[in-house]
Amino acid sequence: MSELELYEGKLEALARERGLDYFPVNFELVPGSFMMEVAIYGLPVRMPHWSFGVRYFYQLVQHRMGHSRLFEVVFPGNPGRAYLSKNNSPQENTLIVAHVLGHADFSKNNELFRRSQEEVGYNIVEKAAEHARRISDAAAIHGDNRVEAVLDAALSLEAHVDVFAGLRREPYPEFLDDRNSRSDNPFQARYQSLEEPRETEGTRRRRRAPRPPRPEKDLLWFVANHAPELDDWERDIFLTVREESFYFYPVFATQIMNEGWASYWHARLLREADFLPQGTYLDAIKTHSDVVRPYAGSDQVALSINPYHLGFSVWEKIIEQRGLDKAREIMREDDDFAFVRNYLDEGLARELKLFRYEAKPNGEIRVINTDIDELRESILASKFNFGVPCVSVRHMRADGTLELEHEHRTDGRGLDIERARKVLEYLYRLWRRPIVLDTVNAEGKSQQITVG
Amino acid sequence: MNNEITGGSGGPFRWYDLFSRGARDWLRHSEKVREAVRERLPEIISNAEVLGGGHRTVRVPMKLLEHYRFRLRPPESHTAAGQGGASPGDVLRAPQNHASGQDKGQGITEPGGVQFVLELAIDDIVDWLWEELELPNLQARVGGMTDEEYRREGWNRRGARSRLDRRRSMKEAVKRRHAQGESAPPFSDDDLRFRQLVRRATPTTQAVVFFAMDVSGSMSEGDRQLAKTFFFWVVQGLRRQYQYLETVFVAHTVDAWEFEEQEFFQVSGTGGTVASSAFEKVLDVVDTRYDPERYNVYVFYASDGENSPEDRETAAAALGRIGAVASFMGYVEISSGARRGGETETAALFRDLASSGDAGSYVLTASEEVWDAIRAFFTNRSQQDSHPSSP
Repeated sequence: MSELELYEGKLEALARERGLDYFPVNFELVPGSFMMEVAIYGLPVRMPHWSFGVRYFYQLVQHRMGHSRLFEVVFPGNPGRAYLSKNNSPQENTLIVAHVLGHADFSKNNELFRRSQEEVGYNIVEKAAEHARRISDAAAIHGDNRVEAVLDAALSLEAHVDVFAGLRREPYPEFLDDRNSRSDNPFQARYQSLEEPRETEGTRRRRRAPRPPRPEKDLLWFVANHAPELDDWERDIFLTVREESFYFYPVFATQIMNEGWASYWHARLLREADFLPQGTYLDAIKTHSDVVRPYAGSDQVALSINPYHLGFSVWEKIIEQRGLDKAREIMREDDDFAFVRNYLDEGLARELKLFRYEAKPNGEIRVINTDIDELRESILASKFNFGVPCVSVRHMRADGTLELEHEHRTDGRGLDIERARKVLEYLYRLWRRPIVLDTVNAEGKSQQITVG
Repeated sequence: MNNEITGGSGGPFRWYDLFSRGARDWLRHSEKVREAVRERLPEIISNAEVLGGGHRTVRVPMKLLEHYRFRLRPPESHTAAGQGGASPGDVLRAPQNHASGQDKGQGITEPGGVQFVLELAIDDIVDWLWEELELPNLQARVGGMTDEEYRREGWNRRGARSRLDRRRSMKEAVKRRHAQGESAPPFSDDDLRFRQLVRRATPTTQAVVFFAMDVSGSMSEGDRQLAKTFFFWVVQGLRRQYQYLETVFVAHTVDAWEFEEQEFFQVSGTGGTVASSAFEKVLDVVDTRYDPERYNVYVFYASDGENSPEDRETAAAALGRIGAVASFMGYVEISSGARRGGETETAALFRDLASSGDAGSYVLTASEEVWDAIRAFFTNRSQQDSHPSSP
């Protein structure tokens, strides 16, 4: 770690001089196997589940085929934790330290990250390990199979949370239309000050609010709080999975910005680090161009967009045209949606040679156009709603039957029926009452899936 | 509590060296696959690969399990963003000829796309199968099938040194000294006691199973495969049930021959069908080697049922004689083609026999039914055994 230590301090000093603002970061060198597992679990120690085993297998296969190489992983927090692969050369590590500082700056200041850390805590690595231990304890008491059944359901609904409603939510109001609660909204306040209609027997009785009062997209929260027969330990696992999802959301929703920001800073810090020997600098900058490049190998066309490259290019443009202060403001306030829609302009898209293509069922792939609006939406398409179909709880019947609804108009088409049924089967083992889900079939006609 | 996470910078081992979380979860996945396999056993045992001979394992192709999530129906065609020197209208990849099968090639990135081969021990499969059947042990035939052996019973004052019962002898000495008083010698030859052996007859659990198969020209390769698959699993199952199971394999066309197990599963022949030749062969073997008093005799016969009509009476007579000595006779009619199963010459012979109770038949048309056939034969047996009819 000698060379790492040698430059780490100087790089940090330089970073702070350039305005990077971050919590201290602990660096640790770890073996390649550790890096691989982090890539699978998303966290160093996470709850056990067989589905991670499947990903592990794929990762092993891909790793053998030399597809992916992981240099580092960073976990936000105070202190932040950065794990660097032992396979990195010292030159690579110089670049990676600078890259990590960019991430640390981002995760301390970006609004989504800030909020999730305030809710989940500034120590996600320890927290997830604690979750894993609690789940292992539950398995010791209730048996592996029962815990696995809970995780089957909870993890399959992992991304069905409502981060904007907050991690710790108030319960639903018991009654409808409670006029005594004065609103802060001036219009509401004025409306409420109007003379109330004369009370009759009928209006005096307050009506119970339906559950949920409006469609609920936080399925994990709803199940944890309203499942008719959930044991406390089962609820605990649901809420645990939910909490980790709250941690994962900003990582997911700012990937282009975040990687771009870190890449911008590793490039800039290295460029300005006059203390680096020429050889180290050249090797490091070569690594930079390997990471931040649009095409794999010698290809001239890529069918996907490298977020490092895209983010890096957009940030360079922003800083060049609007200055660093504006860039920091964008970094604090935006997510990938705003970032791509506002700052990936037509000129830059042309410069980067972005295009839209269509892949047909017969295998043909044809370039369609370079329309900037459509391009942006194509880039963002996989990021909507945490990357999952919009499914929400519509109603819970008096007998406990759970009614789910897929918003197929938002998603543009219906659910994969067989998979949806399997998910409902997982959930049924915990909900323990019938579940129905409305979606549309291939012909666009409404279709209901029923389990239980 | 979290010291293990922050990890000492000291020792050679860190917490993450201690175990692989990915490997642990992969093992759990494999366990689940095995559970899934158990539910698919009937399908698996119809896999003819087991007949290769000598293997004690079966190889089953499996898909990786998928942890299901809500997903949108795959679109007809999908659009996405790319990057590089291409302009609208460019074709980046030409249409493929075999469009539908095209996805399989790149399956590695798609969960559920990879197949791997699971190796299962045949013994495990048989355990699972017979667990499912919940067969009581097949019982010795009512009536005198016995086996004589020496058992320990009582004591004698004389005997071989090796059968000296020291504890018993000491007790005798104590008794004698007590009776004789102070002056008695501590030990005398009269105190010695030897364990005694006697010959006793015990009911036997020995069994012999005959597998007779029609390999004549009218049995197609598929028919034979079907018969062999059936026999294979019956052999495995019965071996599990009987301590000393002997098997005899007979194949016939117009003539019948006895085979070794390995050869039997490879055998094929040509020519006409004379079922009585096989039955005579079975009787012959029983007479020379397996005394029905000492062995439970089971006979399974597989054929397409197209016995020559001239053989009808001879075959019926031979079957009758087998019925007299056999605990059970099973007839599997292989009817993979367009023939109507169960209405053939041979089927008629067995139908007559079945009315007397110790015979059954099953029409096997496809490999998926092998397990149903086994179940049909053996649950019948167990039901009979659970209602013992008075002799």
